[in-house]
Amino acid sequence: MYVAVKGGEAAIANAHRLLAHERRGDPSVPELGLDQIGEQMSLLVARVMTEGSLYDPGLAALAIKQARGDVVEAVFLLRACRTTLPRFGAAEPIDTGAMRVRRRVSAIFKDLPGGQVLGPTFDYTHRLLDFTLAAGLPPPPPAEAPVETPVETLANGARMPRVASLLGEEGLIESGGTDDPDAPVPDLTREPVSYPADRALRLQALARGDEGFVLALGYSTQRGFGRTHPFAGEIRHGEVALEFTPEELGFPVPLGRVAVTECEMVNQFHGSAERPPQFTRGYGLAFGQSERKAMAMALVDRALRAEELGEETSAPAQDQEFVLSHCDSLQATGFVEHLKLPHHVDFQAELVLLRRLRAEHAARYAAREAATGAASDDAAEPFQEAAE
Amino acid sequence: MPSESRAGTSGPSPATGTHAEAHAGAHTEARRAAMALCAEATLPELRAALDALGPTGPLTELRRPETGLVMARGRVGGDGARFNLGEATVTRAAIRLAGGETGFAYHLGRDAERARAAATLDALWQVPARRAAVERALAPVARRLAEAEALAARRTAATKVEFFTLVRGED
Repeated sequence: MYVAVKGGEAAIANAHRLLAHERRGDPSVPELGLDQIGEQMSLLVARVMTEGSLYDPGLAALAIKQARGDVVEAVFLLRACRTTLPRFGAAEPIDTGAMRVRRRVSAIFKDLPGGQVLGPTFDYTHRLLDFTLAAGLPPPPPAEAPVETPVETLANGARMPRVASLLGEEGLIESGGTDDPDAPVPDLTREPVSYPADRALRLQALARGDEGFVLALGYSTQRGFGRTHPFAGEIRHGEVALEFTPEELGFPVPLGRVAVTECEMVNQFHGSAERPPQFTRGYGLAFGQSERKAMAMALVDRALRAEELGEETSAPAQDQEFVLSHCDSLQATGFVEHLKLPHHVDFQAELVLLRRLRAEHAARYAAREAATGAASDDAAEPFQEAAE
Repeated sequence: MPSESRAGTSGPSPATGTHAEAHAGAHTEARRAAMALCAEATLPELRAALDALGPTGPLTELRRPETGLVMARGRVGGDGARFNLGEATVTRAAIRLAGGETGFAYHLGRDAERARAAATLDALWQVPARRAAVERALAPVARRLAEAEALAARRTAATKVEFFTLVRGED
């Protein structure tokens, strides 16, 4: 139990002034601009937007600056900011098939209709520290190539088929399911999660979930704790149009473009008496270029479908209450970090209780010793040490 | 609109306008195309477009620019049931011309001036006599967006990869 405290105003105000001073660092070093964070820390901005559940690169950059680069603190700031804004409504679902693709890879087909483009990736780098960056040397200009294949001409309205839809034509993979356009979409920011949670709600929670936690859970499924035999069917990153239908207009208004990363995992078969075996799917989607998050999310999404697919559920990643109630970094840090706030009264109560228990124990011990008259000094020693 | 503006249009939604007659559908699509350009235009670009169009007459701010949230949604597996991905900041504005035409803007981000300028352009677009001029005034935006997209596409194309499977030397 936490009992409120008061006082400490001057110390708190001074601590925050000191924080601001430390945040700024050495004043002889130029101050970071939000544009610098936005342009040069773009993957951090993407992570903070994804877990902060708010797409606004400028606000995310400000949160990162204010939080001195602490991801969880920056997520906290964005989540707090969002609560101050009214919600106009929900956008039309984004169409990742119409994405302006900047990266698209598949681990399961060498020759993918539309082709594979690596885009800006850390893959295949040697992970050697690059001291030309330390020296501030400009990078060489990017290479250019003629735009020929569908993946590159998507800007002209072509659609990029998903790997799952290619397999789906032969019935080799389960469908993505149907959508009832009249059914409400569950929203954990409006209604507390109740269990069992359906897949749409689980995906919302995983999208906001801490990347480290979701990554570790996804990893655990690969190591055998809820194995799903995954292949990275497709990973694509790029920009999609966001559209919103205001009541006063009655048609979808283009809001602009958002960058997202999508991952479709293809997992081992499932079949039944009625249906022949098919590959199953796990899905991940995140703001910005957030590939690790999207992949881990897809692994955990698939693991959480264990019960639906009639699999044994014994691993942490298959337990939706365990996953959903612990994946949010803000909730987790709130409960862990509250331990450092003053708990004087609480602790005093424990101290009083402990002293009483020990006094009772000592009394019982003395009584027993008096009764037998044969207690050894050795037996009392551990107790005495503990009391010091 | 000229073909170069197509790059600025958002992913066309096939369902749009199915209830209305084809003419109304085309009208809405053309308006959406202009709105899409405004949504991706910078404030200086929108001001330049307004300057090129000359006097607007008296404007009534039907709705003061307001920043709020729109929930972005994905679909399970990319094509299944909708789910909530996360919110985005959106700024909206509504402007009425003396003739009664009301223009709207809903833009990602928090720029009230940009939304106000775009709402004014949307209102002017609805005046039949000014529509072509509004589209001409937005043509530089369409050109810039198309050029930027073409450059990004060429750079992406240079990273197109062909992997070859090696035969294992087992015997």
